[in-house]
Amino acid sequence: MVSMSGLSLGQDDMKMIGAGSYLPLYGSDTDEVFVPAFYLDVYPVTNQEFLAFVKANPAWRKSKILGLFADGSYLNTWLNDTTLAVEMDPNAPVTNVSWFAAKEYCDCQEKRLPGMDEWEYAAMASEIQANAQTDSVFNQRIVSSYETPKTYSQPVGSTYRNYWGIYDMHGLIWEWTFDFSSVLISGESRKDGQTDRNLFCAAGAVSASNLMDYAAFMRYAFRGSIKANYGIRNLGFRCAKTANK
Amino acid sequence: MQKLQTNNMTKFMGLIVLTMILLSCQSEKKATVQYQCPMHCEGEKSYSDPGICPVCKMDLVRTDETQLAAEERDVSDVSIFNLSSKWKTQNGNSIELKDLRGNVLVMVMIYTSCKSACPRLVYDIRDIHDKVADPSVKYVFVSIDPETDTPERLKKYARDNQMDGPQWFFLQGSLEDVRVFANVLAVKYKKIDPQVFSHSSIISVFDKNGVLSYQREGLGENTDQTVREIQKLIVRD
Repeated sequence: MVSMSGLSLGQDDMKMIGAGSYLPLYGSDTDEVFVPAFYLDVYPVTNQEFLAFVKANPAWRKSKILGLFADGSYLNTWLNDTTLAVEMDPNAPVTNVSWFAAKEYCDCQEKRLPGMDEWEYAAMASEIQANAQTDSVFNQRIVSSYETPKTYSQPVGSTYRNYWGIYDMHGLIWEWTFDFSSVLISGESRKDGQTDRNLFCAAGAVSASNLMDYAAFMRYAFRGSIKANYGIRNLGFRCAKTANK
Repeated sequence: MQKLQTNNMTKFMGLIVLTMILLSCQSEKKATVQYQCPMHCEGEKSYSDPGICPVCKMDLVRTDETQLAAEERDVSDVSIFNLSSKWKTQNGNSIELKDLRGNVLVMVMIYTSCKSACPRLVYDIRDIHDKVADPSVKYVFVSIDPETDTPERLKKYARDNQMDGPQWFFLQGSLEDVRVFANVLAVKYKKIDPQVFSHSSIISVFDKNGVLSYQREGLGENTDQTVREIQKLIVRD
């Protein structure tokens, strides 16, 4: 009984991201997007946490997962279904997880994957500013982190804590978002990679509103190039939760 | 006293509801799962938790594993019939994708208020339908705008396009299930404003077991290749 309120809230490891508007790189051209308040995990989901999840949910172990939900790289660095490789830090972010598995993990915690706008909105905060989009030092640091190899093997919490109290939004891994597949930046990846205007209804919607934000450009390009069954070495996730109205 | 009891009862109900939510991920299987040594070192002795056999130290296996395997064998692990999402048809009926099993499926994601690419896609589908001319093939349109595209609206769209009959399915799902389904098909879409979505123009062909067999990307492509792929699948089991 005592633990009931704690369990049902389940937000000890989450922080509230206050409502606000921001100008996304892509979307409704120049319109700012309003992001309602929501909760976001303080840290990315770790190897250890994901291990506990697959132990409790055998269908999501790497030998059991449906081919529909993950390609061959799903948890492919793990020793076996329920053991991490020796060199893996249990507190490092889990990676090589498909979008389907990430979504299931969050659903199981009574959470959900953050929307892309939610993620971008929370990620534009530096240590001291809710919106550091124009802070060139902050943006330069993000771009530099993208060029640093193997950051995914470091434990969560090893980078900076942002304005909202959230760690590692940049610098460790890239993260799945619920609607990553709403990025229509190029033609289908199996084609030539050039924007094929015939491929998309309302194709003209693709226009960068803030090309200065090179780091954001890289994230959107990445999202536009991946599929939900992919497992990628530097791609992990964290969960979000809608704030009570 | 009366008040105290009511209060306790409320807490008790709350706990039941909470327990149900917490167990939801492991579904109903949890209650019946038992584990046994694969070598039957201790005869038919079973355990309620996974672990190792105290005699031969081998990992215990689930007693329902063989039965599970048999149930799942006939559905390929890449089949869309593994999806448990529920959909409403243009006739207001509830279906799951696996209800379409045994038919070659041609699927496309559209929305009815679409003015640009969708009419072309619909035209191509009708062209494919006429060339294939086989009533066993089902044509499935999944709406990417389920908030607008109610069964009634989908019914009207089907009628307006002369696509209302047993071969045609127009499906409304939840926002979440639509995104999951699109991700299975690698179809991308984004709501630009209340009336406009931007989306990939992909026609997907599935064999009778729900396995994706062919995709045609883009508009203005010839439909002949798609027709040939469908014809190959019709004669295959």
